[in-house]
Amino acid sequence: MLTPARGIVRFQPASDQSLIIYFGDEITIAAHQQVIRLLRLLETEPVAGIRNLNPGYCSLLISFDGLHLQHSDVEEILRPYIQRLDEVRLPEPRKVEIPVCYGNEYGPDLNDVAAFHGMTAEQVVNLHASVIYVVYFLGFVPGFAYLGGLRKELSTPRLPAPRPRVPRGSVGIAGEQTGVYPLATPGGWRLIGQTPIDMFRPEREEMSVLKIGDQVRFMPISPDKFAALKSQ
Amino acid sequence: MSVIEVLAPGLLTTVQDLGRPGFGPMGVSAAGAADPLALQIGNRLVDNARGAAALEMTLLGGSFRFPEGAVVALAGSDFGPLLDDIPIEMWALIKLGPGQTLKLGPSRSGARCYLCVRGGIAAGMFLGSASTDVLSGLGGYNGRPLRKGDVLNIGETEGPFRKAALGSEALKKLSPRKVLRLTPGPQSDWFPESSQQLFYGNSYRVSEESNRMGLRLKGPPVLAGAGGGMITEGVSLGAIQIPEGGQPIILFVEQQTTGGYPKIANVISADLSSVGQLRPRDEVRFEKVSWEMARAALREQEALLSADALISG
Repeated sequence: MLTPARGIVRFQPASDQSLIIYFGDEITIAAHQQVIRLLRLLETEPVAGIRNLNPGYCSLLISFDGLHLQHSDVEEILRPYIQRLDEVRLPEPRKVEIPVCYGNEYGPDLNDVAAFHGMTAEQVVNLHASVIYVVYFLGFVPGFAYLGGLRKELSTPRLPAPRPRVPRGSVGIAGEQTGVYPLATPGGWRLIGQTPIDMFRPEREEMSVLKIGDQVRFMPISPDKFAALKSQ
Repeated sequence: MSVIEVLAPGLLTTVQDLGRPGFGPMGVSAAGAADPLALQIGNRLVDNARGAAALEMTLLGGSFRFPEGAVVALAGSDFGPLLDDIPIEMWALIKLGPGQTLKLGPSRSGARCYLCVRGGIAAGMFLGSASTDVLSGLGGYNGRPLRKGDVLNIGETEGPFRKAALGSEALKKLSPRKVLRLTPGPQSDWFPESSQQLFYGNSYRVSEESNRMGLRLKGPPVLAGAGGGMITEGVSLGAIQIPEGGQPIILFVEQQTTGGYPKIANVISADLSSVGQLRPRDEVRFEKVSWEMARAALREQEALLSADALISG
């Protein structure tokens, strides 16, 4: 299916109760915005029998009730939604600042990352904190945001073997991605810092600090400030 | 309110129901029972709603004391249940008197056994479900597997006690499959014919590192063809992803919501319960089926689950 301004939209069955819609096959802001538009449209005008939506960089996985719908039904229902995407007004992105204490026990891999790039730790911190990142989607575990925009100079391979437990709030780098671990989980990203903020708070109405489409900036803080924010 | 006292938790016992689908945009996995078929039948035996919360035991069961008594049923794999040291039946409604103890041991068949209690387990709800998400520490009993000394509340019940058991015909139809039926995954055409033949023509062994997040399989490596450049995308329940190295992983109930490995195939919905009964070191094989066959199997399973004739008096 071709929508001239936005490129090719492709439907692909994923399982007997799901299909995936691709907005092209590249990570671009245009594709990302189409994902957000479809997500928003399906949230405001839900379809009976659609059970779950899983956004990716340039795709949306749609899970449905296979007792009542099959792939062709869902495709037929969704085509008019996709034709209307250009009408969907996206709100101005929220701007979120995340305080991060870099290095030492907060970011045990900061020196290795600096050495890998032939930089000082301070240069790594400055580069990491100088960019506005975009939340492409949340995935992996609750509240984990896939951020786009890491400076290419900071692109660093994953650890050869993942840590069995990464402390919650850890800020890491893997390839050209950066992100914050909202919960203590296993993980193979290089840890350069930690935020005292709870990124996922199940007791609050707005559980996740970040959501799809947000613009994020990391603010370097001192260990004292970290302790003060942590105790709040 | 009646309670259950945990005398011994077993290897990994959690509160589970049918999970919390619908929170993918937040990165929240659906979780829920690993063998939803057993859970729902157990609940039908004790006259609960099909999706009521129960205890899911893994490989080795626990011991539970019921100070006020209860009406229970055990469903899934046979963990050698004893009531005050006397063997009792699986797949049947059992009435426990005040102070009686139910004890389960190592599995004699598959990976999971469900203890369903009339009234359900009254556990903490998170996003509409009592299911424990072990990795994230959310839902269920304090977001974690049970420990010795935990006390769980049983939901309110009313109505008379009546004897019920599962028809033997139904039991035969519901026994877990060792040949899992698959439909193609979103990247199945990344895998050349030779890789497909290898994958469908060999058996794979379930590794020890398997859990509710995923089952890691060991066997002949399945290699994707040239190309690639996989972009992280949403992943469906039962997806079979092929990481570098070619050892398949079946993404399961506590799966991460997105993934960056190509998926060669997906377990059909009707066979997901069979995945929940696979133990480490079990062997599995795969069979490719049509979309129509997958849908028919799902309809058939649902018809069996909802049939009045499932439970005999």
